[in-house]
Amino acid sequence: MLVLALDTATPTLLAGVARRSTDGAVEVLAERAVPSGTRHAELLTPAVRDVLADAGVALADLGAVVTGLGPGPFTGLRVGIVTAAAIADARGLPVIGVCSLDAIGSGARTVVTDARRKEVYWATYDADGSRISGPSVDKPADVTLPEPVVGDPPFAAERLGRTVTEAQVTTAGLLRAAADQLDDPALFDGPTPPAPLVPLYLRRPDATPPTSFKPVTTA
Amino acid sequence: MTEPLVLGFETSCDETGVGLVRGRTLLSDALATSMAEHERFGGVVPEIASRAHLEAMVPTVHRALSEAGVQAADVDAVAVTAGPGLTGALLVGLAAAKAYALALDVPLYGVNHLAAHVAVDELQHGALEEPSLALLVSGGHSSLLLVPDLSREVISLGRTVDDAAGEAFDKVARVLGMPFPGGPPIDRAAREGDGSAIAFPRGLTGPRDAPYDFSFSGLKTAVARWVEARQKAGEPVPVADVAASFQEAVADVLTAKAVRACRDHGVDHLVLGGGVAANSRLRALAEERCAAAGIVLRVPSPRLCTDNGAMVAALGSRLVAAGVAPSAPDLGADSSLPIDVVGV
Ligand SMILES: [Zn+2]
Repeated sequence: MLVLALDTATPTLLAGVARRSTDGAVEVLAERAVPSGTRHAELLTPAVRDVLADAGVALADLGAVVTGLGPGPFTGLRVGIVTAAAIADARGLPVIGVCSLDAIGSGARTVVTDARRKEVYWATYDADGSRISGPSVDKPADVTLPEPVVGDPPFAAERLGRTVTEAQVTTAGLLRAAADQLDDPALFDGPTPPAPLVPLYLRRPDATPPTSFKPVTTA
Repeated sequence: MTEPLVLGFETSCDETGVGLVRGRTLLSDALATSMAEHERFGGVVPEIASRAHLEAMVPTVHRALSEAGVQAADVDAVAVTAGPGLTGALLVGLAAAKAYALALDVPLYGVNHLAAHVAVDELQHGALEEPSLALLVSGGHSSLLLVPDLSREVISLGRTVDDAAGEAFDKVARVLGMPFPGGPPIDRAAREGDGSAIAFPRGLTGPRDAPYDFSFSGLKTAVARWVEARQKAGEPVPVADVAASFQEAVADVLTAKAVRACRDHGVDHLVLGGGVAANSRLRALAEERCAAAGIVLRVPSPRLCTDNGAMVAALGSRLVAAGVAPSAPDLGADSSLPIDVVGV
C-alpha cells in the first residue's frame, strides 16, 4: 500500500510517500523536508505535489494518509492536520494521526522539541522504542529526561544545557508510529468517516475571561 | 455546458463557512460557528476560533456537499478567503482549501474577504451593476468601496480610522449590560426607544474631515460617559433610548457617507454587506436615503450579510467566469490583505 505522510509540528515541514508491505516493511519512495519556519501553509501542498511526482505516484494510487498530531506550535500544527484530513476526505482515504515525537529518531530515550516560552515538548521511550511518558510540555528543570536525547539541538543546547543529537520527523518514523493502525483491517472497511484528528495541543488557549469590565471612560 | 461548480471556504474570524455555487446559483451554505465559546470573553479569541475551525472543517464540507446534492469529485474550482482576517483562523481554511484543490485536481482562487461580501449579492439579485458602491460594516471592518469591476478592480474610498462599526455595537452593548455580540440586542432594545432622544456625536462629519472615513471610538465613549453619568447620579438609564440614539448615530453617518460617495462618483447602485448590515435601522435609513437620491439599494439577506462560505464561492465563480488566473501553489494568507487585491 502507498501511504502519504505529513508533519508540520516543527519548523521543518515534512512530506513523504512510502510503500508499506503487508509484513510491515516500509520503503520510502520520496521525501521532502522543507525548513519552512512559519510558512507551512504556503509550502506544504507544493511539497506534497513534489513528493508525489518524485515518487511517480498519483493521488489515486494512495491507500492511506498519516499525519503528525504534534505537539508543536499550534498554527503550523493545524496546517498539517487539516491538509491531511482534507486530502484524505477528498480521496476517500483513511487518515491516521500519530504523536509527532514518536516519529523522531528511533532508539533515543528522550525526544524534545521547541515549545517556546522556555519550555520543551518531550516524551521518553523504553529500549524497544515504546513511549513510556509524555507527550508533555514543561520547563526542562522540572523533568528528568534520560539519555540519549534527540530533537532540535539549536534551541535545546541552551535550554537544556546538555547534548542533544539533531533528529527530525521522518516519513519512516511516521509510518512506524502508525503501524498498529495501518495493520488494523477495520481502518479500510466501508466508507471513511470524517477524520477525528485531535491535535496534541497540551496547552489551553491563552485567554482568560474578564472578571469585570472596567468603565469605558477610565479604560 | 453547465457552469463551473465552485467550492468556497471562509475562516477569517469565528465562522467556519463552506459554500457551493454554480455560476450565480447558490447551492449550499454550510456554517459552523464558535461564537458561543467567545461570549464569556466579550470578544473573539483567535486561538479558540482557530481550534474550532479545525474541528469543524471536514464535517462542514460534508454538509455543504450533501445540501447541494453533489459529490466532491463534481467540484470544478476551489475558492478561499486569503485575507484580511485573523492569521491563525485564515490559515486553517487556506490549508484546507489548498488540500481539497490539490486532491481534486482543480484550480484554487485565493480571494479578498471584503470583495466576497460584495459578490454574495449576485447570488440573490443577479449580476452586479458596475460601477457600484459598497458599504461593508461588521465587527471586523467598516469600508466604503468603489467597485468598477469586482473581478479585477476594487477601490477603497474610506474606512474606519479606529473601531469597526460592529465593535462599537459590542462595546455599547457591554455598557448597557447586554450580551456579546451586541448588534442583535441593541437592535431589539432600540425598537422600543426614541432615536432622537439623545444627540450622540457623529464622527468625522465636519467640513474638513475625510469625507468617506468613519470613526466610532468617540461615539462609543460618548455613550459610555452618558450612561455612567446617569448611574453615578443614581438615575435610571433609559436603555431603549440610549440604544436607539446610538444606533441612529451609526446608521446616520454610514448612510450619509455612502450616499455622498455615490453622488460624488456618479454611481447609482449601492450594495450593503457585513454583519451590521443586518441592523434594521441601518437598512431602513439606507432605503429611505437611497430612494430620495435615486440610488438602487441592494442588500443581501441577513444570513448572507454575515460571514459565510457561499460569498467566497460567489467571488471565486466570478473570477473563473472572468478568466482570471488561479492563485500560485505557494498561496499564503495575509491578515491585512489590501482591498485592491481581489484575487491573490
Ligand atoms: Zn466579513
